[in-house]
Amino acid sequence: MNWQRVATVARTDLKQLARARDFWVPMAALGSLFFVILPAILLGTLTGIGSVETVERLSTTLEALPASAKDQIQGDTPEGRSAYALAVFLVAPVAVIVPLTISTAVGAATIVGERERGTGEFLAHSPAATREIYLGKLIASITPGYLTVIVGFTCYSLLVNLTVGPEVGGWFFPTRQWWLMILWVLPPFLALCLSLVLRLSARVNSTAAAQQASGLVSLPLIMIAYSQATGVLFGAGWLPIVLGAVAWTLALVSLVRGFRSLERSRLLGVAGV
Amino acid sequence: MVYDSETDGTGRERGELAPAPEPTPARAPTAAGGAERRPAENQVATVVDVSKRFGEVQALEGLEIGIARSRITVLLGPNGAGKTTAIRLITGAFAPDDGHVRVFGLDPSGDGGEEVRRRCGVVSAKPSLYDRLSGIDNLRYAAELYGLGRGHAVDQRIDEAAAWFGIEPALGQLVGGYSTGMKTRLALARAILHDPELLLLDEPTSGLDPESARSVLRLVREMTARGRSVLLCTHLLAEAEGLADEIVVVDGGRTVLRGEPRRLAGRYWPLPQVTFRSFDERGLAYLDQHPRVIEAVPVDGGVRVSLSDEPAVASVARWLAEHGTELRAIVPWEPTLEDLYFAIRAEHDLDRTDDAHARDTTDGKGARR
Repeated sequence: MNWQRVATVARTDLKQLARARDFWVPMAALGSLFFVILPAILLGTLTGIGSVETVERLSTTLEALPASAKDQIQGDTPEGRSAYALAVFLVAPVAVIVPLTISTAVGAATIVGERERGTGEFLAHSPAATREIYLGKLIASITPGYLTVIVGFTCYSLLVNLTVGPEVGGWFFPTRQWWLMILWVLPPFLALCLSLVLRLSARVNSTAAAQQASGLVSLPLIMIAYSQATGVLFGAGWLPIVLGAVAWTLALVSLVRGFRSLERSRLLGVAGV
Repeated sequence: MVYDSETDGTGRERGELAPAPEPTPARAPTAAGGAERRPAENQVATVVDVSKRFGEVQALEGLEIGIARSRITVLLGPNGAGKTTAIRLITGAFAPDDGHVRVFGLDPSGDGGEEVRRRCGVVSAKPSLYDRLSGIDNLRYAAELYGLGRGHAVDQRIDEAAAWFGIEPALGQLVGGYSTGMKTRLALARAILHDPELLLLDEPTSGLDPESARSVLRLVREMTARGRSVLLCTHLLAEAEGLADEIVVVDGGRTVLRGEPRRLAGRYWPLPQVTFRSFDERGLAYLDQHPRVIEAVPVDGGVRVSLSDEPAVASVARWLAEHGTELRAIVPWEPTLEDLYFAIRAEHDLDRTDDAHARDTTDGKGARR
C-alpha cells in the first residue's frame, strides 16, 4: 500500500468537493438547520418562554425513557429537566443523520462519478492500485461527514450549554455517553456505511442509482440515532463500548471486502464487465 | 491467421505467413508453468492471440500486436475495431480472456501491472480531466500518482510539459473552462509528464486545430527519436501517413495485417507504378498495348500504368513519342497509406455494412454491444 497515493487521491477528491459550491452550500444549510437553528428554536422556546403546557407534555414523554436514562437527567426545575432531556435525548440524536447524509452524498458519486465524467480512464491507466484508489476515496467521503460531526457538535454544545446550562447547574454537553458516541461509535458506523456505499458506487451504472441504493445502507446509523433518542444506549454504560467495538470490526471487514470490489474495469464503465 | 510482413523475433522470414500462435492459458502463464513467452528483444510490448468478451459481445478475437522499441506503431481500424480495448489490455486495465499480453516483459494485468502503468503514458480518446481542478492541479495529481512527488522540480517539469503544448498561460484556470483543444493538449502534457517509455495515444488529435495536431505529431516523432516507443490508434489515415514505422490493421477485434507500410505496399503493388501525363490524353489510350505495360488505369490528368520492370519507363516513353504523343510529365506513383489501407480491407473483404456499423459501439470505445 502506497500511502502517499492514498493521500493524493483523498486530497484531490476533497479539493474538488471544496470547489463544488452547488454541493456544500445545501449541505452546510442542512447542518446549520439540525445543529443550530432547530435546537436554538426548541431549547430557546422551552427555557425562555417556559410554556407550562409544553413542559408538561415533554415530562410525560420523558416517562417513556428507561430508568437508567431518567436517572441521568439533571436539573431542579421541570423546565430545566425537560430542556436537558430535549438536548441530550431528542435533538442531538436527530442531528447524527446529517453527517451520514453528507458523506453518503459524496461517497455515492465518488466511483461511479469518475466513470460518468470519463476520469476513471485516467485512474485505470495510472499506477495507483485499486485498493489505494478505494481507500483514498473512502477517506475523502468520510472526512466531510466526520468534519460535520466535529463542527456540528461543537456548535451544538456551545448552544445547549449556553441556553440549558444555567438551568441545570452548568455546562453538561457532551455527556459521557455522547463523548463515546462521537469518538467511538460514530466513526466506525460512518466508515461501515461509507464502505458499503463505495461498493455500491463501484457497481451501479449511474450516480442517481448509487444515491438511491445508498439510502438502505444508512439504516444502521439511523438505528443508532433512534437508540440514542429512546435512551436505549444509556441503559447500560458498556453498551456503547461494545457497539463501537462491533462497528469497528465490521468496518474493517467491510473495508477489506471493499478493496476487492473495485476493479480497474469498473472505472472504465464498459458494458458487460 | 495473421499475415506478418516482418520478422517479429520468432525467426520467420518477412512476408511469410505467421503460424497460428500456440494455445495459451486464459491467464498469463506463470514461471512455474514453464511456458512463458518472452517478448522479442526489440519489442516493448506484445499482444498474442488475445480474446476478450464483454457479456454477449466478443470484443477481441485473435488480436496480435507488436510494439517495437523506438518506433511508431499505428493501430488502424474503424470505430469499434478494438483499438481502445487494445490499449486497455496493454496497461492492464483489462485482463485478456485468452491469449497473453506482455509489456516490458511483464504481465500488465498481474503483478507487473503497477510497473507497466508507471512506464506507460496514455492519452485516451476523451481527455479524462478533472473539470473542477485547474490545469496545474490536474498535472500535479498525475505527477503524484506517477511517483514524481511534489515540489519545485516537479513544477518545473509541469511547466515544460505545458509549454510544449502551449497551454502554460491557462494552467491556473479551471479545466471546466477549457476548449476541447486545450483539454486534449493538457491530456497530452499529462501523458508525457513522467517521461514514459511507451506512449499509448488513442486518437490524440481529435478535436485539435491543425497547429496543435501538428505539434502532437511532432512530439510523437521526437519521442521515438529519444528512444521511446509509441502506439498510435487512429482511423485518420492522413494522421498516420509518413508517421507509421509499422501499421497494424484491425477490424472486428482481430488483427487483419501488420507490417511496415512500405513492405506491405510492395505486397499489394509489387510492380513499378508510373503515371504518364500528356497534353493529349487520347494518345495515352493505347498504353495497355505496350508489351511491358501490365495494367493501365486512367486517372485524373493521365494514365497510371503497372510496368514489368523499372527500365520499362524509358521504353514506354520512347514508344509514346514514336506514336506522336507528347508527354507532359512522368510521375512515379507511390501508394499512400489510404491506398494501402483500402487495398487491405478490400482483400480481406472488410467492407462494412450498415448493420455492422450499428452493432459497433457503445459507451465510448472498445466494447461492442
